[in-house]
Parts: sequence; C-alpha cells; structure tokens
Amino acid sequence: MENLVQEAIQNVNFQAIMPSLVLCVFGMVILMVSVFSKRGSTTHVAWLSIVALVVTGFVALTGWNNPQAGFAGSVLFDNFATFFSMICIIAAALTILMSDDYLKREGYPVSEYYSLILFTTAGAMWMASGTDLMTIFLGLEVLSVSLYVLAGFFRNQVRSNEAGLKYFFLGAFSTGFLLYGVALLYGVTGTTKLEGIAAYVRANPESAMNTMFIAGGALLLIGFLFKVAAAPFHMWTPDVYQGAPTPITAFMSAGPKAAAFAALMRVSIVGLDGLQSELTSMFWILAVLTMTVGNFIALSQKDLKRMLAYSSISHAGYAMVGLVAWNEIGHSAILFYMLVYTFMNMGAFAVLVLIGKKGENNLTLEGIAGLGYKKPVLGIVLTIFLFSLMGLPPTAGFTAKFYIFAGAIEAGYIWLAVLGVLNSAVSLYYYLRVMVQMYFKDPEEDFAWVSINPPVAISIVISVVGVLYLGIFPNSLMNLAKLAGF
Amino acid sequence: MADYLLSMMTFFPLLGILILLFLPRDNGGLLKGFTLAVSLITFAISLPLAFDNVFTTSGGMHYREFYQWINIGDFFQMNYNIGIDGISLWLVMLTTFITPITILSTWNAVEKNIKGFMVMLLLLETGMLGAFISLDLFLFYVFWELMLIPMYFLIGIWGGKNRIYAAVKFFIYTAVGSLLMLVAIIFVYYYAQQSGTITNGFGIQELYKLDLPYNAQFWLFLAFGFSFAIKVPMFPLHTWLPDAHTEAPTAGSVILAAVLLKMGTYGYVRFAMPLFPDALPTFIPFLAFLSVVGIIYGSLVAMMQEDIKKLVAYSSVAHLGFVMLGVFALNLQGLAGGMIQMVNHGISTGALFLIVGFLYERRHTRLITEFGGIATKMPIFATIFMIILFSSIGLPGTNGFVGEFLALMGAFQGGLRWYAVFATTGVILAAVYMLWVYQRVMFGKVTNPKNENLKDLSVREIIIMLPLLLFVFWIGIYPNTFFSKMNPAMEQMLIQMGANPVAVVEMHQPAAVEHAVDHAETQTEHK
Repeated sequence: MENLVQEAIQNVNFQAIMPSLVLCVFGMVILMVSVFSKRGSTTHVAWLSIVALVVTGFVALTGWNNPQAGFAGSVLFDNFATFFSMICIIAAALTILMSDDYLKREGYPVSEYYSLILFTTAGAMWMASGTDLMTIFLGLEVLSVSLYVLAGFFRNQVRSNEAGLKYFFLGAFSTGFLLYGVALLYGVTGTTKLEGIAAYVRANPESAMNTMFIAGGALLLIGFLFKVAAAPFHMWTPDVYQGAPTPITAFMSAGPKAAAFAALMRVSIVGLDGLQSELTSMFWILAVLTMTVGNFIALSQKDLKRMLAYSSISHAGYAMVGLVAWNEIGHSAILFYMLVYTFMNMGAFAVLVLIGKKGENNLTLEGIAGLGYKKPVLGIVLTIFLFSLMGLPPTAGFTAKFYIFAGAIEAGYIWLAVLGVLNSAVSLYYYLRVMVQMYFKDPEEDFAWVSINPPVAISIVISVVGVLYLGIFPNSLMNLAKLAGF
Repeated sequence: MADYLLSMMTFFPLLGILILLFLPRDNGGLLKGFTLAVSLITFAISLPLAFDNVFTTSGGMHYREFYQWINIGDFFQMNYNIGIDGISLWLVMLTTFITPITILSTWNAVEKNIKGFMVMLLLLETGMLGAFISLDLFLFYVFWELMLIPMYFLIGIWGGKNRIYAAVKFFIYTAVGSLLMLVAIIFVYYYAQQSGTITNGFGIQELYKLDLPYNAQFWLFLAFGFSFAIKVPMFPLHTWLPDAHTEAPTAGSVILAAVLLKMGTYGYVRFAMPLFPDALPTFIPFLAFLSVVGIIYGSLVAMMQEDIKKLVAYSSVAHLGFVMLGVFALNLQGLAGGMIQMVNHGISTGALFLIVGFLYERRHTRLITEFGGIATKMPIFATIFMIILFSSIGLPGTNGFVGEFLALMGAFQGGLRWYAVFATTGVILAAVYMLWVYQRVMFGKVTNPKNENLKDLSVREIIIMLPLLLFVFWIGIYPNTFFSKMNPAMEQMLIQMGANPVAVVEMHQPAAVEHAVDHAETQTEHK
C-alpha cells in the first residue's frame, strides 16, 4: 500500500495538466466573483476571463519542446497538445471578446457564460493531451456538458432551446457509442492506454483484426467524428449552429472542433496504428462525403449562420484529408489548418455578431445587401475572411489548403486532392453570393444599429492579422505545426 | 536599383494602394490623379527593361531576384523567385503601358466609389506583373489567383445590367481551372522531390529539367492546359468571355482583353508546353483544331452581333485563336507571330474597347442600329477607329499583319498546314465583320436624331489613343525592335519544348537566325 502511494505520487505530474488546472481555477474564481457582482454587469468578468486565457496561454507554452507526461501515462502535454491548446485558447479568447456586448444586446448578461467557456477550453485541453481513452473521455465530457449549456444559453429563445436540447440528446448518444467502443477495446486489449492498445496490436496482429476490436475502434471513432461534425454524423450541426448564440457557434466551430480533431488524430495515429490501411480508406470516404455534403447543402442556404455551419462541415472534410494522407505533412497540415480555420471562421462570425440585430433575424443573405457601402471596413474584413474560407491567395485559407493537399498528393492520393479542389470550386459559389449581396446589391438598410465596440474590434483585428500574416508569411507557423505533428 | 527593379515595379502599385486608402473618398480628381501618377511611375520603373540590350544576346532570365520565402524542410519550399526574359519582356511592358491608359480612360466613366475602383485597378496591375515575372510555380499561382479578385469586383460593382451573372461566371470558370492546376503543381513538385532533382522549391527552371514519364506528362499537361485554355479562352471554354467583356466597365474590358487573356497564352508558352514537352505531340493536333474552330466560330459569331462590345469580345476569341495556332506551330516564326500577336491584340483590342467606350459614354448604348453616319460628326474619332480597325483586321503596315502573317506562316510550315489554310479564312471573316460594323456605325446619313450633336474626341481621349496608334505602326513597320529582344529567349524555349528553333524561312534578323542555327547544330551533335 505504501509503495502504491509512493508510485502514484511519483507518477503524478501536475505540470502536465497545469494549463487546464489554471483555467479551471480561474473558472471557479469567476463563478465566485459573479456571485458578488451586481446583476447584469459582466464586463469585468469578461476581461478577467481574458486574463485567465492569457495566463493559461503562457503556462501552456512552457510545454513546447518540453513534453510533460503525468498520471501514470494518461496525460502527455507535448508539442501536439500545446499547439491544439493554443488553438483552443485563441478561439476562446476571440469568443469572449465578441461576447460581452452581444450578451447585453440579446438580454442575457450572465457571468456563468464565461466560466463555462473556460471549462470548455479546459476540457478541450484534456482531449488534446490525453493519452488514455478515459482521460480523453473525461475531457470530451467536460467540453460537451459545458457546450450543451452554452448552446441553449438563451433560455427564452425557442431556437436556442432547440439547439441545446438537440445537441445534448445527440451528443449523449454519441458519447454512448464512444464509451461502448472504449469498453470493447478494453475487452480485447485489457488496457485503455493508447500506447498499450498499440503495443497489444503489434504483439498480436491477428487478434487485432477480430470483430470486437474493429467494432470497438469504429464506435470510438464515431464518437469523435460526431464532435468533428463529419458526414454522416453532421445532422446536428446546422440546427445547433443556427440556434446557439453566435459567439458560441463561432467557438464550437473552432475550439471544440480542433480538440475533437486532436483526439481523433491521437487515437487513430497512436492507438489504432495497426488499422492504418482500414482507417485511411474509411477517412477517404468520410472526407469526400463530408466536404461534398457540406458544400452542396451550403449552396442553398439563405441564413448566414446556417450557411457557415454547412461550410464548417465541409472544412472538417478538408482537414480530414490530412488524416487520409497519414504522413507527416498531412498530420502537421491538420494542425495548421485548424489554426487558420479558427482565425478565418471566428473573424467571419465576429462580423455577423456586429451586424446582427436583437434576435438576429436579419442575418440572411438579403439582410446584408449593400453592407460594403454602408460599413466599408466591415465589408472589407468580411471579404477577406470569405476569400480565406474559399482558399484564395494571399490569405491563410490558401496556404492551409495547400498544406493539406500537399500531404495528400505526397502520399499519392491524387484523386482525393482533385475531389478536394473541385469541392472548393463548389464552395466558391456560396461564398461569392455573400459578396454579391455586400457589394453588387444596393443597400436597403442603413446599418445604423451597427456600432463597432473595442473588444469585438480587437477580435476582428486579431483574426484579420492572423489570416493575412499566415497567408503571406506562413513559414514560422507552418514550421511549428511541423514540429507539433506526429 | 537594377537589382530590385522587378520587385519595385511589381509592388509599387501596392504601395500606391496603401496611400490611396488614406486619401479622402469624395475627392474624385485627386484619387484619379494619384492613381494615374502611380501607374505612370510604375511604367517609368519598367522602362529601362525595354531599352536593355541584354535581351538581344541572351535568352536566359535577367533581373533575377531570389529569396527564401517558405521553407518547411523536407515538406516543401517556396521561393520568391522572379526574373524576366524576352518572352515576358513585352508582356510586362504591355501591362505597365496599358494601365495608365485605362486609368486615363475612366476619367469620366466611373462615378460611383472611385476609390474602390482605383484600388482594384492597382491591385490588378500588381497581380498581372507578378504573374509574368514569377519563376516559381507557387508564386505564379499566388499572383494568378490574385488577379481574379480585383477583376471580379470590377465587373461586379461597376459593370452593366447583367454584371452579377457575368462576374460570378468569370470567377468560377477561372477558379475551377486554376484549382486543378494547383493539384498538378503540387504533383510536379513531389515528383521532382522524390526523384531527387529539386533544390529550389517550385523553381520552373529546375522543373524544366525534370524527366517525367509520358503518362504523368499527359495528365499534367491536361490540368495546366485546361486552366490556361479557360483563360485564353479557347473554344469551347470561351463562354465566360463575351459576358465578362460586355458587362465590364470599359477599363475592365481593356485590361481583360489586353493583359488578362494573355495570361492564358503566356501560361502555355512558359509553363504547360516547356514543362511537359513529351505530351505536346499528343495534344497539338487537338489544340490546333480548337484554335481554328475558335477563329472561325469567333468570327462568325462576331459578325452577327448587334452590340458593338460583344462583337469586339467575340473577335477576341478569334484573335487569340491565331496566337495559339502560332504557338502550337513549334517553330520560330509561329512562336514569334504568336508572341507579337499577343502584344498586338492587347493594343488593338484594347483600343477597340476604348473606342466602344467613347461611343457608350456619349450615347449610353452600344447597339449598332442606334448609330450610323457618325463619321460626319466625329471625324477624328472616325480616323482613329479606322486605323485600329485595320490593325485588328491585319492590314499590311499595321501590327496585326505582322503577327497574323508570321503565326499563319509558322503554322503552315510547321506541320499544321491544313489548320493554317482554314485559319486564313478567319482573316477574311475579320475583314467582313469589322468593315461591316464600321460601315453601319460610321458611314451613311445620320438617321438617329440623337446622334446629331455628338462631340468629337476630347484632348484627353486623343492622348489616350495616340500611344496606341504609335505602336500600331511601330510594330507594323519595324517589328524588329521587338523581335530582336524576343528571339534568343524564344529559341531557348523551343529547344525546351523539344522543337527545332531554326527559322523556317529567313527572317529580318540574320544575326539571330545564325544564332539559332548554332543552337540547332549543337543540338544535333548531341544527338
């Protein structure tokens, strides 16, 4: 008993979960602060959570080139985890920056909102750094439960309720799948550690091909693919994205999605390494299906949030191309892609946050007619984000897509790359439609209600700088992604 | 100075944009004047290139600049790798030359959002220049796509009634082609990397040396060729062009015709053909056939147009057919004819669009039936129109004759004999539609009372046209100024394409031909 305790203490390495610990502590502090704050005043809480994220960012960066394993090998905070954690931190920070005025406009200035975002981010970090299926599951649950609440945060709005409820039911189902998969894998291999599963497969290659193992792996991946919103597990996305508060929609499409990709990558590449050929053919089909479904349905959308929801599905498809490639380039490309996607998508949503009226019924294609003339700066930045989402140079969307497709072509998946670029061509149409409305139609409204407040402006500036910098000088971040990849 | 000349030239318009953004938005004169100044300075920066005699002796790349841009170790590398040779020289000069003219032409035509318009024109200039001087496929692709964005807005915001349809169509057509090219670019890169021949990123000069298997060359040529064929545009991928041209504002049409279409033909000469020479023999009969179809089809359709601008647009399809036919002849005359015809088309079709613009500004219609007897009201206009018309038809003494003659002769001698025979009918058809439209618009009596009070060209408009007229005659009478600087580069390029650079019939410049023969002899010795 004495020995076990000793061993346990030795194995515990708080350094490995320090960033998420910091974040959780801040989250709880914010809950306390909000108890003692005047009702309806949330600005100081918002800035406090920004401080929390900045501090966490610095703590997380200590993990760069300084991998910290802990908790008997169930957590590994390595470059990979650092990179994804930074993506989630950036996403959370941008979300908070665009939230404060938004919440006041919509009439829900509640500080729990911010601590929930911090908890989500902590969960995302566990997903990115978990090397044990249980740790990853824990992270996923922390992330999901917080997100269920956030999605349904506007409790008097039917659409928001629908979003929360739908997300919760379907999410609970997918978690069930995931747990079942974990159980089956444990049944075959006797461990939930990714390394252990891989070692078992290497030692017993024939039993790795038995039905139970494959079923376990498949169920496990379904759980993650649900969070990534890959087709055919994407059905929840449009409704949830449309109904949720806009900053939360932006956040879901960037932070948690990146975390789900992190978990998907680590589980596939480290844990299910033995199933590489099966996995790549599965991802091939899923990637093509995901981008095609996303892009083609987006073509007919009139609601901007819903359109961006489908566009986000298709972008998950592009990122998945990196998993098909299953080489260094492809894996690093996913990291870079998720970072770039965070900037461009959150930037686009930040503009939507600004131009929405209370209730956001005007966020349709017709609703932004002539925006480019009435609010030229917003028009230009939204245009930059849209070009980036299309994947046109000199924006980051192009360099990211290039990185991804370079991985696929290096691995010999020419047709996948061709299907990918043809999909981009389809996507041009619906992104262009937004620009057609903004610039080619005469304004019907004066957009007088749009007031650009400093926090949202900061988040937009960060996004624009990110999109242009990574588009023109992608060298440094691409190299970091290379170091962080598998 | 000379070390950074190309970069300065390319990015000077971008610098201009940065300043332009801070100028007051409602002072139209200042915005136009400033933009004109920026484009004139850009032209001045590029001018030493035209007088540099290094191009007459050496066909390699000059004014090289090379910086590492993206270096991800064994993943991939891209460089800022630029340079200019005799092939890109005149296209670069055409770009810097035509941009101030277009800006001057918009003086009264553009009224809404002048600032945005000027920003787009300058951005377009940077994109075009960058694409012509890029020696790195990745860099080329960046500039190539960069050109799309301003053109899309030029058509979409300042265009005519049907502008949204035309702008979106233009954008999607061009983008689809270039996306497939992107896949091909990446493929070439990894092929080179895996065969161990690459050290300089996507540098085309090293990729030229690549020995790709025929099968790969076939698909790669298809991808590159498809992309460039849309841009040229070759029949049957031309359908975006009439829409884009008709709806675009005059300045947009001029730039589109004068420079943007050349991107496609230039792409063939610089990238598709020399990179994949083994696939060439397979594709040339097919492409030459499409060129001839384009010539005849374009001319016939042009003849039936009721809108003058549409007529000019379709005539572009025909003219570009001559360019392509000359290029596909794979000999010195053909290529020289094709290359000079690119410049000619830029000058004469650009001028035609300006002329249509002059009419449109006065009458706000472009229907041929609305006009008639204009010559009596606008004599200067009539004269200029006549000269440009002759240049477009290819009358001896004008630039059009030199280009079309050489292109057809090259094709005739270079194994495309029957194609050339059919293509020659295009020259006749061009005379038919051009003279016919001139007759209907300019001659006869003034039947429409609205035409009674038409004013002749203003001083500004004459100033716009004069430089164009100068080059119509210069190229028409003494093309050697241009050929002598193109020849060495063309010879090198033909060798790279696997063709014999010997002139089929001796041309005006014996020195260059001797040079070519030397090349050919060393080639045969090698074999």
